Amino acid sequence: MALQAAAPPAAPRAVAPGRAPRTAPLAAADAPDLVVRGLRKSFEPGVPVLDGVDFSVSRGQAVALIGANGAGKSTLLRCCLRLIEPDAGDVRLLGRDMAGLDARSLRRLRGEIGFVFQKHNLVPRLSALTNVLHGALPRSRLARPWFQSCAPRALREEALACLDRVGLVDAAARRADKLSGGQSQRVAIARALMQRPRLIVADEPVASLDPSSGEEVMRLFAGLIRREGLTMIFTSHDLSHAIAYADRVIALRRGVIVLDRAAADLDVATLRALYD
Amino acid sequence: MTDRASPAGPPRFERPSLGAFAAYLAIALFFVYSLHGTGVSLGDFFGGFPQMGRLIGEMLPPSTARLDAVGRALLETFQMAFVGTVVGVLISVPVAVLATRHLTPHPALYHAARALIAFFRTVPDLVWALLFVVSVGLGPFAGTLALVVDKIGFCGRFFAEAMEEADRGPQEALSAIGASKLSLVVCAVIPAALPSFVNTALFSLEKATRSSVILGLVGAGGIGIELKVAMDLFNYDEAATIILAIFALVVAVERASDVLRRRIL
Repeated sequence: MALQAAAPPAAPRAVAPGRAPRTAPLAAADAPDLVVRGLRKSFEPGVPVLDGVDFSVSRGQAVALIGANGAGKSTLLRCCLRLIEPDAGDVRLLGRDMAGLDARSLRRLRGEIGFVFQKHNLVPRLSALTNVLHGALPRSRLARPWFQSCAPRALREEALACLDRVGLVDAAARRADKLSGGQSQRVAIARALMQRPRLIVADEPVASLDPSSGEEVMRLFAGLIRREGLTMIFTSHDLSHAIAYADRVIALRRGVIVLDRAAADLDVATLRALYD
Repeated sequence: MTDRASPAGPPRFERPSLGAFAAYLAIALFFVYSLHGTGVSLGDFFGGFPQMGRLIGEMLPPSTARLDAVGRALLETFQMAFVGTVVGVLISVPVAVLATRHLTPHPALYHAARALIAFFRTVPDLVWALLFVVSVGLGPFAGTLALVVDKIGFCGRFFAEAMEEADRGPQEALSAIGASKLSLVVCAVIPAALPSFVNTALFSLEKATRSSVILGLVGAGGIGIELKVAMDLFNYDEAATIILAIFALVVAVERASDVLRRRIL
């Protein structure tokens, strides 16, 4: 049963447990970074994974998407970026209608959105620095930063600065498959930062990490987003993370939004009831 | 302890269906027919032993009279194998990208690339050598071209399979951040498939070294022609030198590729 029908986006609370108040004001909240209307997707006929999803995310907001396995969280994120083509509905991302974009414009838009995956998805045989440089691929036309050895100096320095921001500049030369799970996820975040993103999308970014590494990664996210004033949408099964690190929580069940409320008004027990 | 009888379990052998039985029988009959068709004869086999003994006797000791010519021919053989492999591998990479289902720019290009690879692979290198001898003339260039075509068929298939099996996670990540397909191939697919590429390329070099010996028999350069002439003129001691030289070259290439494989992978 839905605890509350999809409500209008809530204003972020002043102080969330485990995080400092956001310094980036929500003055531009009237221009949502993401607007989703009537989104539908089925992989099998008659079995909707997303069944008419409507929500919007204001600039500077951190939104947690929660729900049981198969609720449609990952599909929703992928449909927003057209990594999976939705069957119906509209998505406006950073003010642009996703359905109307040709391949080149789509790539350009994706370049402004940092996507962090559950399993970090780094290229294992390449160095941490090269993986971070890949974040600049969409905006580098002539000098392609395919490998750190052939990247322009300015990009190389920027990538090192991104690694520094996640505390891994000393591991720049190490191969990605020699890093721990937490370090790999931090490199993936550095790659997202290298994109100079306006929005960060993270699909269960700490699901494959131990609790302490997971906490570390979420704190890193929260700090970066607070400092940069970015918008963030993340999915998580860790309900305490959803409450601690998001301004707003959206819950999905069988492809339908069953809760959309300010994180400050929620507790773990309330969210856990959604999984029953 | 219990007195319960142990369960019978499944039968050790399943009784074949009538169709399967007929298929087994047909295969066995065709094998017997093929033995007859190829003239296999144990009598001839054992009867040939004294002849083989005489041949080996005439081969020993191997002649050292034409060592310099044999050395030059051996070097040319390896040069054909090396150039044929390097050029073939370099051409195979883009062909294999086109022949990889999720990387090809268009389904028609996928089918065309697959057909080309299958054609190059199924026609033996000796046949390619015959064709190139006619088109570019006798000599090592014809043999090298034959090896290039053979490597495209061989490496193209294995490179494409390696790229299809490469972990899709990093590819999805680069797609999600807006990387072009070319960047995706260079940054995510090739690094993931690199161990397989190296393995296949080194195996190709070994195979090309063995092939380049044979190509000489049709006039496509290399040491094969030296061997044929020595055998035709009954210079078996010189033939023995050539066979030993070929053996040394093949073993050296295999050992070198083993060392490279261990270092790179």
